[in-house]
Amino acid sequence: MSPASVPSSNDIVRRGAADLGAAIADGSLSSVEVTQAHLDRIADVDDSVHAFLHVDAEGALAAARAADEARAAGETRSPLAGVPIAVKDIVATKGQPTTAGSRILQGWIPPYDATVTTRLRAAGLPILGKTNMDEFAMGSSTEHSAYGPTHNPWDLDRIPGGSGGGSSAAVAAFEAPLAIGTDTGGSIRQPAAVTGTVGTKPTYGGVSRYGLIALASSLDQAGPCTRSVLDAALLHEIIGGHDVMDSTSIDAPVPGVVEAARRGDVAGLRIGVVDEISGEGFQPGVRARFEESLKLLEARGAEIVRVGCPSFVKGLAAYYLILPSEASSNLAKFDAMRYGLRVGPQGVASPSAEQVMAATRDAGFGDEVKRRIILGTYALSAGYYDAYYGQAQKVRTLIARDFAAAFEQADVLVTPTAPTTAFKLGEKLDDPMAMYLNDVATIPANLAGVPGMSIPNGLAEDGLPTGFQILAPATRDDRLYEVGAALEAALLEQWGAPILDQAPALPVREVTR
Amino acid sequence: MSVLDAVVDYDDAIARYDPVMGLEVHVELNTATKMFCGCATGFGAEPNSQVCPVCLGLPGALPVVNAAAVESAIRIGLALNCSIAPWCRFARKNYFYPDMTKNFQTSQYDEPIAFDGYLDVEIPNAAGDGTEIFRVEIERAHMEEDSGKSLHVGGSTGRIQGAEYSLVDYNRAGVPLIEIVTRPVRGAGERAPEVAKAYVAALRDLLKALDVSDVRMEQGSVRCDANVSLMPRGEQELGTRTETKNVNSLRSIERAIRYEISRHAAVLDSGAAIHQETRHWHEDTGVTTSGRPKSDADDYRYFPEPDLVPVAPSSDYVEQLRTTLPEPPDQRRKRLQKDWGYTDLEMRDVLNAGATELIEQTVADGASPAAARKWWTGELARRANADGRTIDDLGVTPAHIAELSGLVASGRLNDAMARQVLDGVVAGEGTPTEVADARGLALAQDDGALEAAVDKVIAANEPIAAKVREGKLNAAGALIGGVMKEMRGQADAARARELILARLT
Repeated sequence: MSPASVPSSNDIVRRGAADLGAAIADGSLSSVEVTQAHLDRIADVDDSVHAFLHVDAEGALAAARAADEARAAGETRSPLAGVPIAVKDIVATKGQPTTAGSRILQGWIPPYDATVTTRLRAAGLPILGKTNMDEFAMGSSTEHSAYGPTHNPWDLDRIPGGSGGGSSAAVAAFEAPLAIGTDTGGSIRQPAAVTGTVGTKPTYGGVSRYGLIALASSLDQAGPCTRSVLDAALLHEIIGGHDVMDSTSIDAPVPGVVEAARRGDVAGLRIGVVDEISGEGFQPGVRARFEESLKLLEARGAEIVRVGCPSFVKGLAAYYLILPSEASSNLAKFDAMRYGLRVGPQGVASPSAEQVMAATRDAGFGDEVKRRIILGTYALSAGYYDAYYGQAQKVRTLIARDFAAAFEQADVLVTPTAPTTAFKLGEKLDDPMAMYLNDVATIPANLAGVPGMSIPNGLAEDGLPTGFQILAPATRDDRLYEVGAALEAALLEQWGAPILDQAPALPVREVTR
Repeated sequence: MSVLDAVVDYDDAIARYDPVMGLEVHVELNTATKMFCGCATGFGAEPNSQVCPVCLGLPGALPVVNAAAVESAIRIGLALNCSIAPWCRFARKNYFYPDMTKNFQTSQYDEPIAFDGYLDVEIPNAAGDGTEIFRVEIERAHMEEDSGKSLHVGGSTGRIQGAEYSLVDYNRAGVPLIEIVTRPVRGAGERAPEVAKAYVAALRDLLKALDVSDVRMEQGSVRCDANVSLMPRGEQELGTRTETKNVNSLRSIERAIRYEISRHAAVLDSGAAIHQETRHWHEDTGVTTSGRPKSDADDYRYFPEPDLVPVAPSSDYVEQLRTTLPEPPDQRRKRLQKDWGYTDLEMRDVLNAGATELIEQTVADGASPAAARKWWTGELARRANADGRTIDDLGVTPAHIAELSGLVASGRLNDAMARQVLDGVVAGEGTPTEVADARGLALAQDDGALEAAVDKVIAANEPIAAKVREGKLNAAGALIGGVMKEMRGQADAARARELILARLT
């Protein structure tokens, strides 16, 4: 037994990032202690969760020591200085492997940092390691990782969502207080929903994409994965803002997300329920929690309005043309010529460059990646471009118009984040269409570039967490935090404790340290 | 070695067919940094030393447009009398090749920055007694990035076939390029090769005047792909074309097009069809050989580059750039001809020799226009022709020629001695004065020996002297020749003429 005056590792890892940042700032905890506690937790539970592809204990502790020294020297790098973080394996980290969950990048160590990584380092956040994901972020279950699936901490037989299942599971399993995810069609928000955590996809251009291995350039966006709305806002503020290395980056300061998260005031706010994604056809428990959340927000002074977004139903089809098209081009660079896996064709004595490219891509890409490359190559081909890619871009315009019209009537839009709670591992692996339908509610935000957030809003009839999605106009990310914080507070009041307290204890590896 | 293609005599080919050309010129801009990253662009650096995550296409890296390259593109477009797009995008041209780091080239497709222009080029007229203007219409000028450079090692040809292995230098990957594409050039007839050469020469001069490129064809900073097709005379429907790649000197452009016209004619005469394909030009043997088949169905799966925002130059900006354009080439030619007092024929020789800029600089350095023209279009053009080089590649600068003509004008050297001095300059022995000093070349400075020689020659050639006395001054030439011979060349011929005329008239 530890003496009561010394916080046990278990206590540290259950504390939120804002709280830990404050404790490190006032000297009651050191970053080294906090970082070590999380490394210990990873050692204890990650065999069963498999949220991490790579853990950098040495690098994280070195960064923690640097953060402690900076604090001792009176430097204040950020409110989260010293708080460790997990980073999705699609974000380039100099000197640390970055595979995007693919065999084709096995062993690749980037010679440069993504802008997100640079900002985390500058803000003093030790990087614990890289989290598991569907290969090249293609998937909604993390089962398409070349390195094996991540398991949902709520039920290890279930998926943690995807593509960023590793980041959300790490946060849900208390292996990290914070994580970076990326969201192309829901890869931050859907995993947040099914793991009972918070996830934000910022406005397109709000967070630099420099150093994010591109899936679909016009849809990708990095964002925070956390256990509270305030933690997400604090992290959002650190990684957000203009970057000259990303032409699509918005040249404006990050909106006041932290202030909004602290305020959480929805009085007089018009909250729009989207007719087309109001829960019809969704799991009953998901719908029930959604309706209850609306009532909680109404009780806090919000006005609930109904809005129509007729083009949203075409979103999924447009998305599955635009994404594969861009991905087929973005993934062309993985050709064995300069880095990553190289496989020679069998039975060829003196292979040509083309033969090596083909053999490597055949061996290095998983089936889902190949499926989407083929789809995208087809959709961009001469004679098909107008019918597929061209039409999809028109749908995209229509969806943006629907959003514009809806935001005339409502300050934010809300939907259930995902149609169901976490499904069983393997359940939808052979049914791509069923898998794709997971993203029906999250995709419109990516197509239109507007920000979205998922916060946990209860447990469904199966005892698994559900998510509540908030969508705001482009560059008004602060409204997500305003509404998210209000609902979070109302739910906390109702339950008396965070929802993650209801998650079952994880099996802890029996080791002597 | 492949079997040589049949060709027909050029004049026979032209008698039966009308050639149509399409010229695609790639210009490497001289911006300090690459098209989409901050890497240096200097030529000849250690391989793979001017690279970064962006131009190496590393996972996660993103392009950012070089504003200086956009500025150059707009200025080129304006100088080519093009319209400038108020809004245009980059596009991805997707194809796999090891020298392409991303396996797509970031280029422009259906939205070029500049379009619908022309360039008037001056060519010798049909009568051969002057020049005329031929208008080459410009379809578009667009921005793109260069690829890396492959080096195929082993094998005899330096080509990929037969090579043991290949190396790639990515220093060139991402260097800004402007591709300038003409509309089909028709109606040039037998002068098609000359028009092509004159067009590229005029384009080169224009780019140089704009100061947007080094325009070093031998270093690949200007590269020309020449499309050629033939139509039977009197027909209007375009024939099948071939595209001869990377023709890298003005002389080669003329030769390659001439060759292709002869080759096409032979194929068509035989009743066979031209295959649409790329052709490689061989400078040494003066022929083209078959490259890869090319069809209009090549599918590059173009789509708008999602990593870049559209380029939208304001009209104020474009108008401001218009004020920075140099004098249009034709106006400039007219002005220089007037300033220099050249006849049309003399000016034509200057243009043919590609010596306009050199003469301009030589005159600026102090030579008379007449002397500058005489040297560049005479002696230096002859030397360049003999060596298969261009006159700006002889190692002789305008300053050298200005100095040399100063030495002649001051009477220190005569023309024959000046040519010997030039040998020394070409051989790298120093400036003209240094060479003259080192070789001990100088005319006798007192007239004593010269006068004695004049008297001796007049006495020995009384019948000629009599003609001069009768007013036939041209006859003095023979006497001058005698005097120069007597003096073993170490005399100023002009002075000798003065002395002879002083005695006889």
